Amino acid sequence: MFARAVWLILRKDLTVEVRSGEIAYTTLFFAVSCILMFSFALVREGRGPEDGAAGLLWIAIVFAGTLALGRTFERERQSETLRALLMAPAARPAVYVGKLLGIVALLAGVEIVLVPLVALLFQARGMLDHPFWLAAILVSGTIGFASVGTLFAAMLIRARSRDVLLPVLLYPVIVPVMIAGVRGTAALLQPAVDTAILQFWLALTVTFDVVFVTLALWTFEPVMTD
Amino acid sequence: MNAMIRTFAVLLITLACAAPAFSAAAQPPAQEPQEQFRPVTELPPQEQYPVLPLLVGAYVFVVVVLFVYLFSLARRLAVVQREVERLDADLKRTSRA
Amino acid sequence: MPKWFMPAAAVCGVMFAVSPLIIANAPYEATMGLVQKIFYYHMPSAWMFLTAAIVCGVASVRFLATGNLRSDRTAWAAAELAVLFGLLTLVTGPLWARKSWGVWWVWDARVTSTLVGWMIAWAYLILRRYGGPGSEKLAAGLALFGAANVPFIYISVNYWRTIHPPTTVVPTLVVDMGFPLMWCVATFLLLFIVLMKLRVRIEEQRARLDAIHLALDA
Repeated sequence: MFARAVWLILRKDLTVEVRSGEIAYTTLFFAVSCILMFSFALVREGRGPEDGAAGLLWIAIVFAGTLALGRTFERERQSETLRALLMAPAARPAVYVGKLLGIVALLAGVEIVLVPLVALLFQARGMLDHPFWLAAILVSGTIGFASVGTLFAAMLIRARSRDVLLPVLLYPVIVPVMIAGVRGTAALLQPAVDTAILQFWLALTVTFDVVFVTLALWTFEPVMTD
Repeated sequence: MNAMIRTFAVLLITLACAAPAFSAAAQPPAQEPQEQFRPVTELPPQEQYPVLPLLVGAYVFVVVVLFVYLFSLARRLAVVQREVERLDADLKRTSRA
Repeated sequence: MPKWFMPAAAVCGVMFAVSPLIIANAPYEATMGLVQKIFYYHMPSAWMFLTAAIVCGVASVRFLATGNLRSDRTAWAAAELAVLFGLLTLVTGPLWARKSWGVWWVWDARVTSTLVGWMIAWAYLILRRYGGPGSEKLAAGLALFGAANVPFIYISVNYWRTIHPPTTVVPTLVVDMGFPLMWCVATFLLLFIVLMKLRVRIEEQRARLDAIHLALDA
């Protein structure tokens, strides 16, 4: 029942996205322009800042993700679909998980484009040598970001100044996840990859994911009730 | 509620699986932190001067900030209190009238 | 104001006035010398910051669970005190660090997570101020994440490569250093209670003001 509700919500979001492509394309374009701006600003004589690629990749993901979150829930607000969702007989946590997976899927698509671009522009080809580790770090970091982001974006739907408030509330909370994600990705860029360090940062990210998703599941219902 | 508990349990198990990888990658400290504060009675001679602005600055900062905050609280309370009393008087007047 | 308030405030003031004398009598630390004395204000500030974050989190949980408005007022007051004591911690720390570590700041686990916790408290206040109606519940949700950060701040210094003194320092203090610390902790705790009471009172009066406005309009 829970899984079915999650799947229905996820499918709804994906269908809307596939048909209109509005959020996917704009988010992707924004992320790419972010990376290009960093490249213009920081690359000198064909070399980017030392170990800069990891940090810049994650900054682009977070900025693009914030935009995507804002747009997704703005769309829900305009069509009053969120209220309909909350009135539906689906468990509230299912609504949260459905939206979360939608955002993660969107960001995964963005990351697939961003990673080769960053690797190319910032001389960070090492990132592509260990695709499974990279995927693990990116997925767990994105889940950490999206878990808190989905909760806060949903919470802020009816608030004033919600566009500005989302980053204000979200960024301090996800700093630990970002640090872990950046350090894990940076570990992949070293000439000799130290798997122990990699495992450490990955485990830390997963820990944050668990804590954040649990907290979000607990908080979603009381916060969304009027 | 049961679904929540089940979800929580699954997440907790995931966390427990993550924990071994966590502890496996313990990092050696780059610079040993001090484990204990050791007291002495005499200051070594080179320690005295450059420190004073830092020390005094820290204490003055704390005291000033606390005073400013206390003052701000007192003022806010006085403003609200005055407003409440004024409106209370208005209310009594209109209810008597 | 309740009967205990003025005596408590007076005692707190006296304890504060006396504290520099007590601190001056404490022995110097062997490696850090005079600058280590910042410790006697830095530690209690840090502890009050963590306490405020926890109080905010617990009050927020109660508010989300029961809708009790008093819990909401407590949470708001605690968030403001978290910003206050966090500020004290994050300024006295670097002033000490400049001398004993040679740098103003390090991006290690405890310092970074303290900064993050402080920013979450700021974000709470911004949300309450600018979020419009309904922001109480949203802020309560945020406070939960802030409170979850607290154990991380506390234990991080024991497990991560960090230059910040670990938690073994406090239990192993000699009496001559332990007494000034406990004096300052008691002073700061009393101050915390006094400030909380004042701040909650402001919100109570504001709520009364709203009630009167409603009665007048009726």
